[in-house]
Amino acid sequence: MYVIIAGGGKVGYYLGRELLSGDHEMLVIERSASRAAEINDLLEGTVQQGDACEASVLDGAGIARADLVAAVTGDDEDNLVVCEIARYRGVPRVLARVNNPTNALLFEKRGIETTVSATEAILSQIEQELPVTSMVPVMQLHQGLELVEVRLSETSPVVGRTPREVLLPPESLIALIVDSGGVPRVPGADTTLTAGDALVVVTRAESKGMLQEALIGGAHGFDT
Amino acid sequence: MGCGRTGAAIAGSLDRDGHQVTVLDLDAGQFRRLPDSFGGRMAVGNGMDAEVLERAGAREAAAFVAVTQGDNRNYFASQLAREIFGVKNVVCRTKDPERGEIFGHLGLQTYSPTSAGAEAILAMLPGSGPA
Repeated sequence: MYVIIAGGGKVGYYLGRELLSGDHEMLVIERSASRAAEINDLLEGTVQQGDACEASVLDGAGIARADLVAAVTGDDEDNLVVCEIARYRGVPRVLARVNNPTNALLFEKRGIETTVSATEAILSQIEQELPVTSMVPVMQLHQGLELVEVRLSETSPVVGRTPREVLLPPESLIALIVDSGGVPRVPGADTTLTAGDALVVVTRAESKGMLQEALIGGAHGFDT
Repeated sequence: MGCGRTGAAIAGSLDRDGHQVTVLDLDAGQFRRLPDSFGGRMAVGNGMDAEVLERAGAREAAAFVAVTQGDNRNYFASQLAREIFGVKNVVCRTKDPERGEIFGHLGLQTYSPTSAGAEAILAMLPGSGPA
């Protein structure tokens, strides 16, 4: 099977790497010359520099014999155009990454039914899988900020890490750690997060789902 | 959508002729290009966002013209106008002639300033036909 991947960002690169280890013939098309050069070495010379939104670039990449085109750039308009040109050239299967979930409707209207949205996937995991009670609202602060308390269990992905190693949603920070003995500490570089700790965290209302995922976990085996 | 020189000229002309016009641009500073007499609406927002198009009145529009600098943005917004809001007359400016030709087969009216400009200039060069 011959697969063309439009976009050599994180998604395109990892996708390419997985396909390369299988039995597929694969080509990644990346617009940025420096990025194309960078991943071309890592992907055994299967990267072509060019704009996959140009029909002549796709023709040069042998789109006429491609079995599948995956458009996975970070821009939905580019992904739509790549899919449209690919289909116009007769590619039997096209697939698009959709960054803004509300754009999926237009792809569907255009007959591009296979779309993948990480935002949507993470959101549904958060909504379905996470216990809602493990994060306790403490108080509302100014300008949309909130104070919440999160108690770390054994299964928390952050246990054993320092606060600095924890990737939190934007405008969120761990303000205070109260250990299981009731001793409060200000998080520092040498603080290790331990099961039983209660974290007092400043966050935004709309980031609470992501915060929950970061501190409590629960979206099983999902990675972007 | 897109209040550059072309967009402003089209909007100004339609407004002068008595049509109801809304101009959409990401940058409010671009509205300075419109003539002083312009009586239509000026809306700041991204035309690739269905909500923005709806608020701009896409559902009631007889025509939609996309003339931003980006071919793909123009295409995306044009298809939104056509597929989601049912706008009958949609024009998508496409600088890349190859892409424009394909877009023309996908339900849009397209115009390529690149091809049109090249043809116009060739017409000014006497004897530029087959040697």
